[in-house]
Amino acid sequence: MGEFTLGVFPSLVGSMSLDFSFKLAEAAIAKGHKVNMWLSGNAVMMAKKGQKAFKDYSHNEKLMKELMGKGMEVTVCEACAEARGYHKEDVPEGMKRASMDWYLAKTVKTDKLLHIGGE
Amino acid sequence: MGAVKLLFVVQRPPYKSENPRLALTHAIASQTAEIYMDDGDSVVPTVVFVGDGVLNMVKGQQAMKIYGVTSTESHIKSSLQVDVPIWICKEDMERLGLKEDQIITDAEDIGGADLTTKFVSFADIQKEMEAVKHLLFF
Repeated sequence: MGEFTLGVFPSLVGSMSLDFSFKLAEAAIAKGHKVNMWLSGNAVMMAKKGQKAFKDYSHNEKLMKELMGKGMEVTVCEACAEARGYHKEDVPEGMKRASMDWYLAKTVKTDKLLHIGGE
Repeated sequence: MGAVKLLFVVQRPPYKSENPRLALTHAIASQTAEIYMDDGDSVVPTVVFVGDGVLNMVKGQQAMKIYGVTSTESHIKSSLQVDVPIWICKEDMERLGLKEDQIITDAEDIGGADLTTKFVSFADIQKEMEAVKHLLFF
């Protein structure tokens, strides 16, 4: 079992890259790996609870919560979130907020880092 | 674990995308990452501008004056001030017709820095890509 860290920057709507990040995390957890996820840039859209699922739009909140229930650690960039008007009280249960140094620190111990860049 | 080397590779041009700014702010965050790490561990970032990303390094940016936001130039200078090495790809500068005197090379106007911009070849960048633990493409 290894530790896998994903740095995730794409927006929820506009590409499938954020969806891919969660699918990859799901596959890694299924293989028994510990997964950390850093949400930054436009990916902080995930830091808003209560999003409504429409079939025309990506919706990852349900899968994210399932994966967090299986031990995935999800931390959102506090500055990126505040800049977009997503505040502490908006964050889904279990998600943490931190500054960018959290992500940098994770690069030390993690076995693999995959950085999924934004738009 | 000791010191872990990271290479931030910036390919996007400035102001069209948030990526270059995020690369720089994440690299600068290495200065405070120790609060989350064990004693003796550290991260050692280098930021390299390649492809259209070399346009981030053009000096004289007026983002604050025109848009009221911090310029990429000021983030680059802040990086140099906190000892984050800044590299720029010579071949990509040449491709875009950029000369060394058009490029941000120091942080003299904001108090100075020990580091200056390093003009490097693609071969040097590739060597560094092979040497670091993690690559982060922005």
